[in-house]
Amino acid sequence: MSTNVATMANPAPQSRAAAALGGAASGIGYFFAGLLILIGLWWLAVYLATKNPAMAHFASFGPIPAFKAIPHMWENGLIPKALQSSGYRLGMGLLLAIAIGVPIGIIMGRNKRFRELSNSPFQLMRMISPMSWEPIAVIVFAGWNSAIVFLIAIAAVWPIMFSTAAGLSKVDPAWFKVARNLGATPWQMLTEIIIPAIAFDVVTGIRLAVGVAWIVLVPAEFLGVTSGFGYTIEDARESLEYEHLMAMILVIGAVGYVLDSLCMVLIKKYSWHK
Amino acid sequence: MSIRGVEINIQGLGYRYSSRGNPTFSNLKLQARRGEALAIIGRSGCGKSTLLHIVAGLNRPTEGTIEFDGKKVDGPSSRWVMMFQAPHLYPWMKVSQNVGVGLKFAGWPEKEKSERVDEALRLVELQDYADVSVQDLSGGQQQRVALARSLVMEPELLLLDEPFSALDAFTRASLQRDVRSIAKKLGFNLIIVTHDIDEAVLMADRAVIMAGAPGKIMDEIEVGLPDPRQRQDPAVQAMRSRLMEAFHTAAQVAGGAKGGTEAEVDTETESVTQHA
Repeated sequence: MSTNVATMANPAPQSRAAAALGGAASGIGYFFAGLLILIGLWWLAVYLATKNPAMAHFASFGPIPAFKAIPHMWENGLIPKALQSSGYRLGMGLLLAIAIGVPIGIIMGRNKRFRELSNSPFQLMRMISPMSWEPIAVIVFAGWNSAIVFLIAIAAVWPIMFSTAAGLSKVDPAWFKVARNLGATPWQMLTEIIIPAIAFDVVTGIRLAVGVAWIVLVPAEFLGVTSGFGYTIEDARESLEYEHLMAMILVIGAVGYVLDSLCMVLIKKYSWHK
Repeated sequence: MSIRGVEINIQGLGYRYSSRGNPTFSNLKLQARRGEALAIIGRSGCGKSTLLHIVAGLNRPTEGTIEFDGKKVDGPSSRWVMMFQAPHLYPWMKVSQNVGVGLKFAGWPEKEKSERVDEALRLVELQDYADVSVQDLSGGQQQRVALARSLVMEPELLLLDEPFSALDAFTRASLQRDVRSIAKKLGFNLIIVTHDIDEAVLMADRAVIMAGAPGKIMDEIEVGLPDPRQRQDPAVQAMRSRLMEAFHTAAQVAGGAKGGTEAEVDTETESVTQHA
């Protein structure tokens, strides 16, 4: 019983820190190298295409005009406005999906009868392309904004719901018995046992949902609205400002990457699996 | 930490899993003195684990009553706490958080909770492990954390459902000794359900032998050995033989009524199994 616990839990803090630093440096190196390869391939594709004089006007699709356009688009408010509008729609849609998906997922995970009853309708609805709801959404909701929020929510709800249910079905039933034995109320059972036990699975579901919602967001904004990433791309295409179009695509990719990385940080934070 | 035991009075207890099914047991009567350690031994299926769950308030009996100090038991309570075969610790919590989870449920202030957790960890000799993840502990250490989690509630009764059967022989022996010694020091009751005759001899003041389907209490034997109890002690060996004999007799009587089941002793694991 006299084992040095600190030594057991942290065998060699200095060497571990050095290894972690080396790993991080190598990770950053690969990150930038990968991006450079992508940009190089992009430049090469545009260069080869524009060697043909008939395709010369495609030069604006290249990486250099796109990168040059970004500061200008930021200053004239195009990017901040698109970020704000799309961010609001994405946030609201995801919040709705979490508010609906997590409780239903918990019921699915806890109640076998409900799980079996809901399986066929939910699986069927999950397979419907979110964009096919657009005509109905436009009729049902008063504004395009609400319709887009609905489309994001209906796309994002399934991964969150199924991931929550799968997380709960993996939970050791004895944890509930122990908690009940130690006097947990139903609310404490939810907040102290169920939510921490499934947080990893819920956040993993949210990460998948962010990916799906991000894909749905841009085409959903092509019609009806006058703000957001989808609208800005469509507007750039119509006004033949191809460098703006490519700059906006870059911003979409970068923001999506940041959102995914944030989800990864949360997944790491809430993961208790060793 | 000051704990007192409880007088247990079980009268006419019966249980069936479904209204049409056969009873697991019926009309069971059992009493325990304040601070007494009771071992319930019997083959799988005689209803001893079900009985333990009912006493813990985790299952409701279909008939009969259980009283602690004259008050009817009608649900789980932190005054009677159960330890299971596996520790079932919460892996997202550190050792101290696992130990204090019952106090958190009861709304204890942080300072008092922390003091009580430290005391419970000292009792199970894990005071240096408070901030360690439970996933970094051995099976025996995890079971000690589960014991501390039960002790921290200062229960009047600790119910153990074959709690050490998954552990290696050395860890099992040390926990059997420690749980009995802590129970006697603090004065709380123990009810241990076990297949292991040695466990009953080493931990209990009295052994209750259950057999048959539906389960019945076939015999009760006072162990009455001084502490500390050593496995090699001739008095312990003699009591072990006596319990084995009582177990065989009980199985034969119950088997006779059911058409010839007989009990066998697995000398390797020192546990009792039954073959039809």
